[in-house]
Amino acid sequence: MSALSSIPVRVQSVSHGTANCGNAVPILHEVRHALERLIATGEGTQIDLNAIPFGPEDEAHLLAVLGVGEVRATIDALGPTHVQETAIPGVWLIDYRITEDQRLALHLDIGDIPEILRTQRQDLDTALTTLDARLTRAQGGAQFES
Amino acid sequence: MTTTKHRVGEHLRDQGVSRRAFLKFCTASASLMALPPGLIPAMAAALEQARRPSVIWLSFQECTGCTESLTRSHAPTVEDLILEMISLDYHHTLQAAAGEAAEAAREQAMKDNFGKYLLIVDGSLPGPDANPGYSTIAGVSNYAMLMEAVEGAAAVIAVGTCAAFGGLPEAAPNPTGAVAVMDLIKNKPLVNVSGCPPVPMVITGVLAHYLAFGRLPERDAYHRPLAFFGQSIHDRCYRRPFYDKGLFAETFDDEGARAGWCLYRLGCKGPSTYNACATMRWNAGTSWPIEAGHPCLGCSEPRFWDAGSFYAPLSVPTDLSSSRILTAGAAGALVGGTVATLARRTVATAATSRQPVTADELEQTL
Ligand code: SF4
Ligand code: SF4
Repeated sequence: MSALSSIPVRVQSVSHGTANCGNAVPILHEVRHALERLIATGEGTQIDLNAIPFGPEDEAHLLAVLGVGEVRATIDALGPTHVQETAIPGVWLIDYRITEDQRLALHLDIGDIPEILRTQRQDLDTALTTLDARLTRAQGGAQFES
Repeated sequence: MTTTKHRVGEHLRDQGVSRRAFLKFCTASASLMALPPGLIPAMAAALEQARRPSVIWLSFQECTGCTESLTRSHAPTVEDLILEMISLDYHHTLQAAAGEAAEAAREQAMKDNFGKYLLIVDGSLPGPDANPGYSTIAGVSNYAMLMEAVEGAAAVIAVGTCAAFGGLPEAAPNPTGAVAVMDLIKNKPLVNVSGCPPVPMVITGVLAHYLAFGRLPERDAYHRPLAFFGQSIHDRCYRRPFYDKGLFAETFDDEGARAGWCLYRLGCKGPSTYNACATMRWNAGTSWPIEAGHPCLGCSEPRFWDAGSFYAPLSVPTDLSSSRILTAGAAGALVGGTVATLARRTVATAATSRQPVTADELEQTL
């Protein structure tokens, strides 16, 4: 499948004002409502952008309006997941990918911090065991790469 | 082979899948099923506890395109995970076993998991009154094999338009007497994942739903999962603003085609077709037929092969003249929606009462 990206075909961009990005604007208003809710009640919202019938220019338009903020993180689990705070504090873009060029889902997360960035309770269950094992190995003189 | 003891959560942890990876998997599956992201925690909890079901996959009069669609799915890791979560006990194209050993594996899995296995079928089959010799596996007619396998099935998934509606084998003059799976199975929960081929993520989405919730998803009148088939291509088409403004491509290389205008007059069946292409797209989410400049063929609808030329504009309802349609197109969304509704109704009720309109005729009315 990676061969697909090596086929040198590019979609010709035709600009007709906002005609090709008519669906980005309602989403931006939805983000605004979600932000108001977050500020008033602390309740977060996730918006699945895959479920929106975006035209070729919608996504670019949406992301351009939201801009790029201060935080950027990559999670390495089941392929890379890129988390980026947008220029609007509290509005995060989460790009779930299988490989660098294959997207699984694209979410907007309106909240303090996306759930996938937090340490997970279930993984904490094994934290002490993992640390103890590493301590034992360290005491035995083992070297660690990371 | 028939591992049904393990719960999905345990199984994944055994494979070294971290909680974040599992959450990511649930996010991808929820996105596939068009579930609101707020449901992801509940889905994760349900999937964690789900048991791995035995799956028997029967292939009848088909071209293997549906299996190809699934195994070439754009998200191999997620798809692998879904296939990890089931126990695929019989699939004569994919399994290593052949001949008698393969048939013995099928019979054993059916016996061990009687009442609990999931039966997936691709391809239509010669009906009970047709010559059974048109399609057999290991000397057994498709009809006999289906009826035997369905007895112990918990649910049936008909994958592809051939299994769902008869498809190409059933197209006129239907030489093999082909019928759809739902014509024969009335007493089991059944879901039709139509499409020629079906969008791969829809197949995995239905499987993920069954795993997470232990039942088939909600369905429409044709037994298709509503999450994927609930809206027409036309309702989700990004070219819709052009349709509503009456801006149509007239040929495949005119200015309108280059500017991405609506393909209705080039034969687009989007208004009467229900499928997930408009949002899920094809080939790693790269594009989909309408985005690539080709009208929708209506491949997920019953009898789409016999519905006239792929390039003739949709039938105009007899109670709406073509000049009214064109005025309507120019007038805006409201009437555009009416045309779509009428077009849907016309296609659904009677292919025979069609009043085909050619692009030339439409042009004369402009
Ligand atoms: S007729 Fe076809 S191309 Fe035009 S808006 Fe409807 S689905 Fe899209
Ligand atoms: S655009 Fe229409 S014909 Fe093409 S795959 Fe989708 S439903 Fe089938």
